[in-house]
Amino acid sequence: MKLMETKLMENVSRPVSRRGFLHAALVSGAFVLSARFVPEPLWAAEGEAPAPPFEPSLWMLIAPDGTVTIVAHRSEMGCGSRTALPLVITDELDADWSKVRVDQAIGDPRYGDQDTDGSHSVRSYFDLMRQVGATGRVMLISAAAAQWGVPPKDCTTEPHFVVHRASGRKLGYGDVAAAAAKLPVPKKEDVPLKPRAEWRYIGKESNSLFDLPEIVTGKAIFGMDATMPGMVYASVEHPPVLGQKIKSYDDKAALKVAGVQKTVAIDTFKPPHQFQPLGGVAVIADNTWAAFKGRKSLKVEWESSPHAVYNSAPFRKTLEATSREPGKVVRNVGDVDAAFAKGGKIIEAEYYTPHLAHASMEPPVAVAEYRDGKVLAWAPTQNPQAVQETIAGVLGIKKEDVTCHVTLLGGGFGRKSKPDQVAEAAVLSKQLGKPVKVVWTREDDIQFDFFHSVAAMYMKAAVGPDGKPTAWLQRTVYPPIGSTFSTEAKYADDEMGLGWNNLPFDIPNHRAENGPADFHVRIGWLRSVANIYHAFAIHSFADELAKAANKDSVQYLLELIGPPRIVNLDLKGDEAEDAKNYPLDTARLRRVVEIAAEKSNWAKRSMNMGKGRGMGIAVHRSFLTYVATVVEAEVDAKGQVHIPGVWTAVDAGTIVSPDNIRNQFEGAAVFGTSLALFGEITATNGVIDQSNFHNYQITRMNRAPRQVEVHIVKSEAPPAGVGEPGLPPFAPALCNAVFAATGKRVRELPLSKTKLV
Amino acid sequence: MIRFKVNGKEKTFDGDPDMPLLWYLRDVAELTGTKFGCGIALCGACTVHQNGAAIRSCSTAMKEISGAEITTIEGIAPMHPVQKAWMEIRVPQCGYCQTGQIMQAIALLKENKNPSDQEIDTAMSGNLCRCGTYQRIRAAIHQAAKETA
Repeated sequence: MKLMETKLMENVSRPVSRRGFLHAALVSGAFVLSARFVPEPLWAAEGEAPAPPFEPSLWMLIAPDGTVTIVAHRSEMGCGSRTALPLVITDELDADWSKVRVDQAIGDPRYGDQDTDGSHSVRSYFDLMRQVGATGRVMLISAAAAQWGVPPKDCTTEPHFVVHRASGRKLGYGDVAAAAAKLPVPKKEDVPLKPRAEWRYIGKESNSLFDLPEIVTGKAIFGMDATMPGMVYASVEHPPVLGQKIKSYDDKAALKVAGVQKTVAIDTFKPPHQFQPLGGVAVIADNTWAAFKGRKSLKVEWESSPHAVYNSAPFRKTLEATSREPGKVVRNVGDVDAAFAKGGKIIEAEYYTPHLAHASMEPPVAVAEYRDGKVLAWAPTQNPQAVQETIAGVLGIKKEDVTCHVTLLGGGFGRKSKPDQVAEAAVLSKQLGKPVKVVWTREDDIQFDFFHSVAAMYMKAAVGPDGKPTAWLQRTVYPPIGSTFSTEAKYADDEMGLGWNNLPFDIPNHRAENGPADFHVRIGWLRSVANIYHAFAIHSFADELAKAANKDSVQYLLELIGPPRIVNLDLKGDEAEDAKNYPLDTARLRRVVEIAAEKSNWAKRSMNMGKGRGMGIAVHRSFLTYVATVVEAEVDAKGQVHIPGVWTAVDAGTIVSPDNIRNQFEGAAVFGTSLALFGEITATNGVIDQSNFHNYQITRMNRAPRQVEVHIVKSEAPPAGVGEPGLPPFAPALCNAVFAATGKRVRELPLSKTKLV
Repeated sequence: MIRFKVNGKEKTFDGDPDMPLLWYLRDVAELTGTKFGCGIALCGACTVHQNGAAIRSCSTAMKEISGAEITTIEGIAPMHPVQKAWMEIRVPQCGYCQTGQIMQAIALLKENKNPSDQEIDTAMSGNLCRCGTYQRIRAAIHQAAKETA
């Protein structure tokens, strides 16, 4: 394996070879911080021995010239984890960031979980990264102290130097790296972590993305830019309906196109589809354009598929009918039925949200080479280990024989956790005997996505004389993500923690339910996932109750949340573990509501905005981060919605890069605008109706919020997510603002479906 | 044979005259700073300059650039005031669309030394950013305008 890889690596022209770099560094006597202090559970999960001695470093090394190389094991798709985690190591190592380079990890279970999703890169790895850096610092101090013949306790560090306090003598990290490398790795209890007050990078405004200079000069290497010498280009005509197989195809005209070499059929997956290739006919060509052009001349006839029954309008009716019937109970507090039976004022509402496509600016793309039973791939993937597993499964080889290098991702939003296009490249390479680059068109991207699910929600409340609910029933129905992994999955068990089984309101009787649904397209995670429709239903409904009670929306929301407390959630498994470490704290929830209201000047402005203008609010905790958003909406004479301002308050616990967090939440407001104003994917007879940015619009600068203010709550709580949590409160806050502006309640997205004037 | 210049260098092309400039730049000239986003001039990720004006290279055929001077992001000497402003405002998230945004912004500032918000919106609304960095793009253009004033 090693030989082949080395050979292949020599062939890869542009992206840097981590192995090659490490090898060079090792030979030159670098200090390599061994993998030995990766926590036991990470090893235990794989049941494998620690890293072999020829490549002992997982996380960092220091070269004799002082250059520190830190390995980023999570993918960079724009959320900043490739910068944040190395910054944490740098801080505890007391290194100088300007002397740090970041090297991207290949897919390898020794890094633990590399699936860069769920907004948990910093949350899950903050403590470990601190420990890695701090351990290195202790070893460098020991090495310098030995050289000086003084006790290590008499030494300290300043960025990139060990300092002997009494004499003021200094040794650079590079100067003691080789000696430090020979020392035993100290035990965790002998490694002090910096007090927060001494952090130089964690939480500092000066942090900026490691890749920023390469990005603005066009030198950054995305998946679209990866190449292998001798590679051919492929564009794949996929079955229009999920699961269709090729009946026959005619490639005569395609083969006449200049630059087209041949066509290759790819088998349609065996259900469940998981991340397997969809199947279809690949056009192989000398360059991307020839492959695209040749594909236009292909004639393919497809077998039938059971999913050809998929039509969005009747499917919606089915979902809505299911939402009106009792479903699986996922949380129960008190007795909702008894409370409803008592009568009083009953309020009901139904909400609907359509499928969405991710539409990352970089469409799916990958380059792979199959040789001698092994695969080397370069891909913009959120999950290189899934690349290994998927390719191994499809080709019947061992996953250890699949090497996946990760480029920068031109956006991910969850789409790039699913590596079907990488598997396509590997399958084609095996057939062709040469490296293959598969490039999806935008049309492929939108029509063959793993779609954000379509959802119907039914809400019912009994309201007391004070306007507060005495009972609250919520039911949600949608094809679950589980259907991607099991054709039998009908209930969204894995999505209930995404804003459905954890309503933070102070209501004595509450029940949350989930009804069954079939799938007809591939369903997958999209930035904040089920939180999008769950928060839309819950916070639109909360606002409906506020208005029914004739109360101010912010005041009413605070009443709903109730007094500061830890909300008792009867959770199991990972969610229970999260709840232990990250209890749902209504004091933090209230605080973000209060800050968003204060910063937007809600009390003064929201009441007197005049015709066609209004403010709305929503608060939602997701990925363990508390977020409240106030949106100001302006509805013009044509019924078009404009967004003059957005104010978001965020409590994400301990943070690493504040300006990046503001950028994430500014971006979430734009992403939220896209799904609220335009986002809709529909199907006709199993075929997706949309294809490119003309009929699947995403927000342009002229429709984006004019001004987004992000206020970060100072907190020493453990770090929580930042990539996704900005999204869920946005659409309901906007629709609540539209109600304030027009008196029209928006109960389905996109809101262009609702006539506003 | 089509003759033209890319980043000041003489080039010739005798392949498919319908090939979009984008794919010539990326696959033939190996200038990958220019990105593929939509293929039909709806997203601006492929923006380059033809004789100084911003064009969408995905929808400009090779036969249309005969005699033209093409400038890509690689032909912009760093750090151009626009790139500098992009760094200072810390515009990018994923970064994929940003070379197209920068090329569009450079062309805008060449025509209009001090654009208003409205003028920036008009010039930049053909360039999509799925990460949603528009607010920072606007701020960076204002800053670059100040810098070059």
